[in-house]
Amino acid sequence: MGEFFGALLQYNFLQNAILAGVLSSLACGVTGVYVVVKRITFISGGIAHAILGGIGVAYYLGKDPLYGAVVTALLSAFLLGMINLTARQHEDTIIGALWAVGMAVGIIFMTLTPGYSVDLMSFLFGNILMVTTPVLRVLFSLDLVILLVVTVFYRQFLLVCYDEEYARLRGLPVKALYILLLALIALTVVILIKVVGLIMVIALLTLPAAVAGLFTHQLRHMMILASGLGLLFILVGLVFSYQLNLPSGATIVIIAGFGYLGALGLRKIALGFTRRKQDESC
Amino acid sequence: MANVIKLSKVSFAYERSYILDGIDLTVAVGEFLAIVGPNGGGKTTLLKLLLGLLEPTHGEIRIFNLPPRKARRFIGYVPQQGTVDRDFPVSALEVVLMGRLAPNSFFPRYQRADYQAAAAAMQAVGVGELADVRFSDLSGGQKQRTLIARALVGKPQLLILDEPTASVDPQVEQDIYELLAQLNKDVTIVLVSHDLGYVTTHLRKVAYLNRNLVVYPPGGNVSGNIPHWYTVNNGFGRGV
Repeated sequence: MGEFFGALLQYNFLQNAILAGVLSSLACGVTGVYVVVKRITFISGGIAHAILGGIGVAYYLGKDPLYGAVVTALLSAFLLGMINLTARQHEDTIIGALWAVGMAVGIIFMTLTPGYSVDLMSFLFGNILMVTTPVLRVLFSLDLVILLVVTVFYRQFLLVCYDEEYARLRGLPVKALYILLLALIALTVVILIKVVGLIMVIALLTLPAAVAGLFTHQLRHMMILASGLGLLFILVGLVFSYQLNLPSGATIVIIAGFGYLGALGLRKIALGFTRRKQDESC
Repeated sequence: MANVIKLSKVSFAYERSYILDGIDLTVAVGEFLAIVGPNGGGKTTLLKLLLGLLEPTHGEIRIFNLPPRKARRFIGYVPQQGTVDRDFPVSALEVVLMGRLAPNSFFPRYQRADYQAAAAAMQAVGVGELADVRFSDLSGGQKQRTLIARALVGKPQLLILDEPTASVDPQVEQDIYELLAQLNKDVTIVLVSHDLGYVTTHLRKVAYLNRNLVVYPPGGNVSGNIPHWYTVNNGFGRGV
């Protein structure tokens, strides 16, 4: 443990990793709550994997893959939003198609790109230790956008997630709000790809929020707790991966998984305890 | 007396099969109408038409002499309880506040007036103490009252309820009908129910809706070949 903190003071890349952890936990805590309560994990997974297509094309064109990722993320959010609202009976199939075709496009364009071979692995599995200062700046602005939009539309998102039909009756632009929400999730996915990679994005999007949901009664409290838990999972994962020389993304996801299991157990014990108390008082 | 609802020869078909066929109906200000009928009889379809979520295949619907879509701000709607996600992290107060949200609510917080209106509506339906309780932890009757408060908080002139007593026990059912009878002093009420028991014996105006032609009016008379719509008057509710 001491070894890690010694290195932290010494190495710039570790400090950047911690900053990336803070920025991504904010994003995944806030939008992850919507993924969990609206039960759109599969859609989020579809967006995450489709992004590889954009990354591949950006590489081929000689552009920054991060921007390719942002553009594809927003495009697929828009597409899936329209499909959910117009052709819901085929939604599953279409998400699956987008998921796989996006990846296929990415792999083909990466192979076609002349010159040095692209590090496909770092997109699939992430590497929080390779986050540079310019990337941090992009992550920061994405975070800012996400937090701003959620602050302004908190009540509208709550109603759309809770009771879509009632939202429509209140005259809210349900379609636009839903697509906006998916766009925020897409941006979060872009941020998280840097940390855990697109294959494991779903873990950070859902597990902190799911744990928070076990202990809170309000969406905003759930967001705060989920952000804190996300940061905890990332930091603990980072320390373990550093000490044990394991890949950071996978270690973070394993820690998050244990966190979720532990929380389920804790809640079970807590429920049993209050029940016993009630029985005694009866 | 002004009409709240007027349906003229309204039909609705999914694909080619008619769910509703030639419905005529008027509801006057202050009435309390219960629409009963079997599942699949078209009750939910009729509600969706009244709310402007569906458009009739033939015929015309006017609510406060407006097309349903434009009349929505005068309508308070109470959905069937099962349609609302049970395990959602939201408090009873937050659910009621949803009734204050309008398309132009851009300021990111509710105002003091919204909180006052929500508290008043919750008080009026008897859940004033439960504001901070998680909605999913409420009992069936409390949930129904909270959803009624959400509908009332927008100060509607017409209250529409979908199966308000579908998932509560008989005692609570009676409480809810008594609450509705009391609310009926200020607001016109239309509800649908598949349950013939309480509604047919206690409400003043009951309509039977079924695309088939066999209707069983209260009192045990079994009649055939009665039109899709059948209205009967008895002693409960304000009526006109």
